[in-house]
Amino acid sequence: MAAQESYPDELLYHREHDWARIEGDEAVLGITWFAQDALGELVHFEPPGDGDPVAKDGIYGEAESVKAVSDLISPLSGDVLEVNQQVVDAPETVNEDPYGEGWLVRIRLADPAESGELLDAAAYRAFLAEQ
Amino acid sequence: MQTLLRTPLYGRHLALGARMVPFVGWEMPVQYEGVLAEHRAVRADCGVFDVSHMGEFEVEGPRAAEFLQSVLSNDLDRVEPGAAQYTLLTNEEGGIVDDLIAYRLEAGRYLLIVNASNRDIDFRWLKDRELPGSDVRDISDDFALLAVQGPQSLSRLALDDAPAFTFAEGEIDGIECMVNRTGYTGEQGVELLVPAEDGAALWDAVVARGATPCGLGARDTLRLEVCFALHGNDIGPETDAISAGLGWVCALDKDFTGANELRRVKEQGPESRLAAFVMDEPGIPRQGMPIEGGGAVTSGTHSPMLDRGIGMGYVPASRAEPGTEVTIDLRGRPRRAHVVKKPIYEREEDG
Repeated sequence: MAAQESYPDELLYHREHDWARIEGDEAVLGITWFAQDALGELVHFEPPGDGDPVAKDGIYGEAESVKAVSDLISPLSGDVLEVNQQVVDAPETVNEDPYGEGWLVRIRLADPAESGELLDAAAYRAFLAEQ
Repeated sequence: MQTLLRTPLYGRHLALGARMVPFVGWEMPVQYEGVLAEHRAVRADCGVFDVSHMGEFEVEGPRAAEFLQSVLSNDLDRVEPGAAQYTLLTNEEGGIVDDLIAYRLEAGRYLLIVNASNRDIDFRWLKDRELPGSDVRDISDDFALLAVQGPQSLSRLALDDAPAFTFAEGEIDGIECMVNRTGYTGEQGVELLVPAEDGAALWDAVVARGATPCGLGARDTLRLEVCFALHGNDIGPETDAISAGLGWVCALDKDFTGANELRRVKEQGPESRLAAFVMDEPGIPRQGMPIEGGGAVTSGTHSPMLDRGIGMGYVPASRAEPGTEVTIDLRGRPRRAHVVKKPIYEREEDG
C-alpha cells in the first residue's frame, strides 16, 4: 500500500527531496513522499558500501522504479554506518513507509553544523508548492 | 513548444488519475495505479491499453497485393481474407523501417497497423513506392484502438476463442468493432479497432467488464518479458531482420526491398544477434548500457514476474547462445547476467 502524503515536522529536508533525521552525531537518511511518488514503485535500491564517505549534496546511491532511475542526494556529510537491508531486499518498503521502515542509510555526521542549511518541514512544503 | 496529440480516450485517462507522459508526439498514460499491479493484472486476469496512437493505413486496388508483396518482408499470399500477419517494412540494406501487422480485409484491400513513432515515415515510404492500381490512405485519425489482454480477456469480453492472427467484425455490449486476435503482451487477447467516436464508450464497456486500465509502462515490461522487439530500441533502419531474430517473417523466396541483402546475411550468418538476458546480480539494465565483449543493451527493465533485471541487446553471434555469461556495465558497475532462450518469461502450463 502506498503511503499518504506527509512531511513530518521532526525531519530536515533537502531540495532534492531527501530527508534527514538527526540523532546526536548520527543521521538517518531517506527520500521524501514526493520523491517516491514521482518515481513510482521502487524495484531497486543501489546502496553505498559500509564506511563509504558521503558528501553533502553528493550522490550516495540510486533508487530505481520500473521506468526511472534517480540519484540519491545526501543532505549531510559523513560516513555510512549502516544500510537498510530491508529496503535492499524489498525496495517497495520505501513507497509504503518512506519515513519509517523505508529509511535508506545511517551516517556518522562529519559536520553537524551543516544541518542549519536544510529546510524544516514548513519550508519544504512551501518549496514543493512552488514547483 | 510542440503540441502533443491526444487520443479519443484522453478524458478517460485523466478521470482515472493516470500519469500522462509525452510519447512520440502523443500525450499518453504511462500508468494508472502502478506499473507492477497493471503488469500482474495482465498476466493473471485482464488489462486494457489505449493504443489509439498507433497508425492505420488502408491499401486498396487491383495491384494492392502486388505492391505490398514488393515492400513487406513476409509472404502476404499465405494470408486469407480474415487473417493477419506480422511483417516488416524493409529498406534496401535489409534494415527495418518498421514492424507492423497486415490484415487482409478482402481481395485487393488490406489494413496495416503500424507503430505510432513511424506513422509519417511509413506513409511517405509507401506513397513513394506505390504502384498504379494501388492506393494507400492514412485512416489513423478515424479510429481508436484498444488492446484487451490477459488469460481472462476473452471470458470477460464474452468472446469465443479464435486462432491468433485472425480477425472478424464483432461487438462488445452493442458497440461494433473489428476484433483482432493480436497483441503485444504474450497473453491471449484481442485488439479492438473502433470508430474514434465510439472509442470512449468501448473503453467504458471493457473496463466495466473488469479489465484493469494499463499504461505504456506495463505495455513495455510485458512485451520485453516475452521478447517482442520494440522498433526504435531493438530494431530499426540500421538493424537487419536476420540479426534481430526476425528471419521467420522474411520470405526470402520472394522479392521485396532488401531481400538480396537479407539473403546474403542469412547465408554468411550474422555477425551479431539480438540476445535476451537475465541479470544474475542486482540492478536494472537500461537502453544504451554497454555489454562487455561487444554490444549494448537495446531494451532493459525490471521483470515483475522474475523480480530481477532483464533485457535484450546485440552481442557477437558467438556469444548469443543461451547460458553464455555476459557482464553489463550498470553506470560504472559491472554486473553479471546470462543469455537465455527467448522468451524470457513463459507461463507454466496448467497440469
